[in-house]
Amino acid sequence: MRILRPGAFSQSERAAEAEPRQGFYAGRMGIFRQSAWHVILGGLSLVFALPLLWMLSSALKRNEEIFTIPVEWFPEDFLWRNFIDVLNYPGYPFFRFFANSMFYAGMVTIGTVLSCALVGYGFARLRFPGRGFLFSLTLATMMVPYIVTFIPTFLLFKNLGVLGTYIPLIAPAFFAEAFFIFMMRQFFRGLPKELDDAARVDGAGEFRIFWQIMLPLVKPALVVMAVFTFVWTWHDFFRPLIYLNDPDQFPLSLGLYAFRGRRLTEWHLMMAAATLMTAPLVILFAVAQKYFVRGMRMFGIKG
Amino acid sequence: MGRVRRLRARPLGRREALAGFLFVSPWLIALVVFHVYPIVAATYLSLSEYNVFNPPEFQGFDNYVKLWNDPTVWKAAGNSLFYALLSVPIGLAAALVLALLLNRPVRGIGIHRTLFYMPAVVPPVAGTIVFLLLLEPRAGPLNTAIETVGLDGPAWFQDPAFAKWGLIILSLWGVGAATLIFLAGLQEIPESLLEAASIDGAGAWRRFTSVTLPLLTPVILFNLVIGVIYSFQVFDAAMIVGGTSGVPGGSTLMYMVHIYRTAFGYFDMGYASAQAMVLFLVIVAVTGAIFGTTRRWVYEGV
Repeated sequence: MRILRPGAFSQSERAAEAEPRQGFYAGRMGIFRQSAWHVILGGLSLVFALPLLWMLSSALKRNEEIFTIPVEWFPEDFLWRNFIDVLNYPGYPFFRFFANSMFYAGMVTIGTVLSCALVGYGFARLRFPGRGFLFSLTLATMMVPYIVTFIPTFLLFKNLGVLGTYIPLIAPAFFAEAFFIFMMRQFFRGLPKELDDAARVDGAGEFRIFWQIMLPLVKPALVVMAVFTFVWTWHDFFRPLIYLNDPDQFPLSLGLYAFRGRRLTEWHLMMAAATLMTAPLVILFAVAQKYFVRGMRMFGIKG
Repeated sequence: MGRVRRLRARPLGRREALAGFLFVSPWLIALVVFHVYPIVAATYLSLSEYNVFNPPEFQGFDNYVKLWNDPTVWKAAGNSLFYALLSVPIGLAAALVLALLLNRPVRGIGIHRTLFYMPAVVPPVAGTIVFLLLLEPRAGPLNTAIETVGLDGPAWFQDPAFAKWGLIILSLWGVGAATLIFLAGLQEIPESLLEAASIDGAGAWRRFTSVTLPLLTPVILFNLVIGVIYSFQVFDAAMIVGGTSGVPGGSTLMYMVHIYRTAFGYFDMGYASAQAMVLFLVIVAVTGAIFGTTRRWVYEGV
């Protein structure tokens, strides 16, 4: 779920990757005070990083080693084979879960990016009767949260006989989504009108104008949308929980949940699985950090 | 040029309208199937008895009356309220402090920003399970740290009196998202105002209370509203810690978990819809009330 921060777009780009301001504070901090600041912030950063370090360290330990007193932050031996064990755990095929998560997050991302770009473009640059009304209806749907709609939506998919498949999880993504429609509309509206006029005079069809001329110009917005959609879908626990039954279909969220329910004493493997689930997002975050920051400035989200 | 335009105007308009409808057509389908229909259906279901096996049976406001008299619903609502009332203000304060610390001209400060935000990309299931281990009563790092100062840490997720505090601590781990929003707000404050206050003799604290804080109130409002909306709907962490019965002792049975249990444990879809409807209305009322107070504390326009 995501909520719009009104009016954030104008400043968002400017402030997007801004390093700390220069002006007012500039020159007021000497190298000593700068270092002191790093020490303070470093301590806090460590507090935020500790849970992940503990996860990784526990993932590399023997199970009993996790519970030694005093706490050992470094494993005696680095048991990398914990990862292999959990990937092949009988009854909990984490390798399979991982592939399922990739499939789920990948498909939802493709569907969301394509459909929201298409619909956002339609609202931004093509005139058709009822456009204004339909767009305000679109904004209105953002006010109604998933908690109200999930039961009827579940029953709808039940009546279609597709429970226990990925259809209820993936299909809706291909029909667009209000917040990202709004976002794409803003971006497409910012492009100069001469672009499509020229293409139209040259005889290009509307879809070609969209696909070949406009889409490449909003690539940063597409990446922001893709990155956040992927992360949210990778996180998603609720929808898989209500729609899937067969462990072979579980994504990591549901697989790890089930594993914790039944194998609740095998903490080292649980931590290995948690690490496997977290690593791709940390890597994605490291690679695409500027898009995360940019996205954060455009809308408030909580992971 | 003008003549060409006029000649083309009409056919182009019709073609453009057709193209426009085609472009937005996926969303028009979604609008009906995934929004308008479910809202109507949810309203109807909330007024019906429906156990999935027999067709829904209209029964007026029975579900709402039942809900009002259901102690488990009140218990779940109380848990969610406790969670929201603590996690939201503490989270806001923590995020604001972190943002203020980050808003300094220090070389390489971006690395701290990255580390503060990192937990927000950690999957909730993974993060919650890690916290189960971190807050393990006997040998978990938190309690062993507490022990070194000579105190006894609580049993956290194993003690009904402290399990919700465990969830609150977990939620604080994710304040990086709100921090980044605060940081963006701080960077939009005009430097000229801070300079002017400084020339007038205002110290750092006075500049904060008289310039920074008032100008930041719209961002505080934004984070507050989002925090309320999210915390009222907390599900993942509570479900992973306590399952559908809110282990230990019903203390982690959040309202959303109760809706889930009613719908998918008891297949009482009508009753679950009524519970969802009530939660929605409560969220609308609370956010409405917050917006009602904004004239008194939110500063608009420089």
